[in-house]
Amino acid sequence: MSVVATPPATAGTPGTPERARRRRPGLLRSMLSGPSAVAAAAYLVLLAALAVAAPLVAPHDPNAQDLFNRFAGMSAEHPLGTDDFGRDVASRVIYAARISLLAPLISLAVGMAIGVPAGLLAGLRRGWFDAVADRLSDTLLSIPAIVFALAIIAVMGPSLTTAMVAIGIVFAPHLFRVVRGATMVVAEETYISSAEAIGASTRRILLVHVLPNIRAPLLVQVTLLMGFALLAEASLSFLGLGVQPPEASWGSMLKAAYENQFEAPYSVLPSGVAILLTVLAFNVLGDRLRDAVAGGRAR
Amino acid sequence: MSERLEDARNVLSVEGLTLDLAGGHAQPRLVDDVTFAVPAGGAVALIGESGCGKTMTAMAVLGLLPAGIRPVAGSVRLGDRELLNRPERELAGIRGREIGTIFQEPMSSLDPTMTVGDQIAESRRLHLGERRGTARSRARELLDRVGIPDAARRLRAYPHELSGGMQQRVMIAAAISCDPRLVIADEPTTALDVTIQAEILGLLRDLQRDSGVAVLLVTHDLGVVADFCEDVVVMYAGHVVERSPVTDLFASARHPYTRALLRSVPAGRAPRTPLDVIPGRVPSAGDFPAGCRFRPRCEYAVDACARTEPVEARLDGGTGGHAARGTRCLRVAAGEIELQEAR
Repeated sequence: MSVVATPPATAGTPGTPERARRRRPGLLRSMLSGPSAVAAAAYLVLLAALAVAAPLVAPHDPNAQDLFNRFAGMSAEHPLGTDDFGRDVASRVIYAARISLLAPLISLAVGMAIGVPAGLLAGLRRGWFDAVADRLSDTLLSIPAIVFALAIIAVMGPSLTTAMVAIGIVFAPHLFRVVRGATMVVAEETYISSAEAIGASTRRILLVHVLPNIRAPLLVQVTLLMGFALLAEASLSFLGLGVQPPEASWGSMLKAAYENQFEAPYSVLPSGVAILLTVLAFNVLGDRLRDAVAGGRAR
Repeated sequence: MSERLEDARNVLSVEGLTLDLAGGHAQPRLVDDVTFAVPAGGAVALIGESGCGKTMTAMAVLGLLPAGIRPVAGSVRLGDRELLNRPERELAGIRGREIGTIFQEPMSSLDPTMTVGDQIAESRRLHLGERRGTARSRARELLDRVGIPDAARRLRAYPHELSGGMQQRVMIAAAISCDPRLVIADEPTTALDVTIQAEILGLLRDLQRDSGVAVLLVTHDLGVVADFCEDVVVMYAGHVVERSPVTDLFASARHPYTRALLRSVPAGRAPRTPLDVIPGRVPSAGDFPAGCRFRPRCEYAVDACARTEPVEARLDGGTGGHAARGTRCLRVAAGEIELQEAR
């Protein structure tokens, strides 16, 4: 009877690998197998949802001042209290999430627009373009992002967009490096020769055959840079060079809270914790993604 | 051979092809004065050890030589059109359209991020400007044609979902999708196990019979050659050392290298007898010995072989549509040695 009762040892597994093999080995699936990655992804999705639905979920107008009610503590009316102008902190944190998530996207868009095509072309065709682009990226890599952004702002005047475009230019060599390296590996594959042997153009080979095959390392780099860009935006706004009042960003809120820390010591917490958690979430996600990519290769 | 090369029926004529390093001071002639032709509907094998220049010759036909290697002499003609040193754009229009290519390793020749249907359809969309739907239904016919069951479903499969033999069938389908005049198959069966090899060769032969496509087979596998080709071109260290109809080659090799190659095939030997091997290895480019390039490894070599580089000598005229026999060996040409017993 025991033979009958014993479940076949492999009963659970055949379905799973079979399913996993159906589609491309699911990068997302293997990445989200760990609890930390799930938590990070869930947090970011929630944050993005809050940012999009800000007018619906924020209890107050983020810029409505109530000067008789400055530095109020937590209450049902103001869940996270009020700031130095009596504005509702919870609403401002939610609205600031829009800027804090959008600003890194500007940087990444600029960085990818420059770095990805250059990296693809340099990695596949090498030659003089590779030599020039490589030196140029070495030069750019030696410039700290924030310092470069400060220099650009000094010339162009303070503006969040300017600052994030500047950060994006500094990102370009990071993306260039990753894309070029991954492309050089893929370029050795026979399927690239196959594509050449059916007469595909360089452009087509890069977009159709190379890009999809390097998306994993690219995604890792993009995720990590998101966290970095968010931090850069917060730093610049903290210095008053990013977002301009009365618009709120976590960095500018932190700055205001810092200035009033003797009157309201806890007021650095909402924006500070938001920055901390979001950057942490991007980094954890990037790390897990990297592990998943490496795991996929080992297989 | 000249009368043969001028034959209008030849799909591919390679004449005096010489490849060298671009810009280098050393001019080792990686491929030196290679001449052969593939007749319409014919199958010609290019054989030799790794590093003897056979793949390089095939790549020169495709115009896909690695950076740093360039043709310095000779001509490559597809029909009556010269391919050597043509602009890349013109060559790109020929690759995939008129010359299909099958590579050695099916698993790495297919893009892992693209469905097999899209990969087969790709050259039709590129060259014939077909829409996705049209090209896809043609891809389905091609999958049927190369013997993949349940073609409609397989179209949407990714390469990793198929076995090696299936992948190679997909590669073949992709290579013939535009009905090319010539298929270059570079070691098409080397990465497959023996039963699958036979199936793939059978498939190639069927396709050739049905569509009349000419095949240039690049291989080191003599079994494949015997099975599939009518004419054989043996290469060694960048030279053509012997050319022959396949039956004559197996009956009596006319170059010591070919003979040694034939003798190193284990099939048909008595058990527990040592395998004949060719001592040494193919000299690398730039390191070719003086005189005959095979001399250091040749059991028939005499002093004269070191003094003059042999040229290809014609042995007897071509018969029955087959190429004339030729050998690049002084002693064979002079009738000094007989290489009758091949095995």
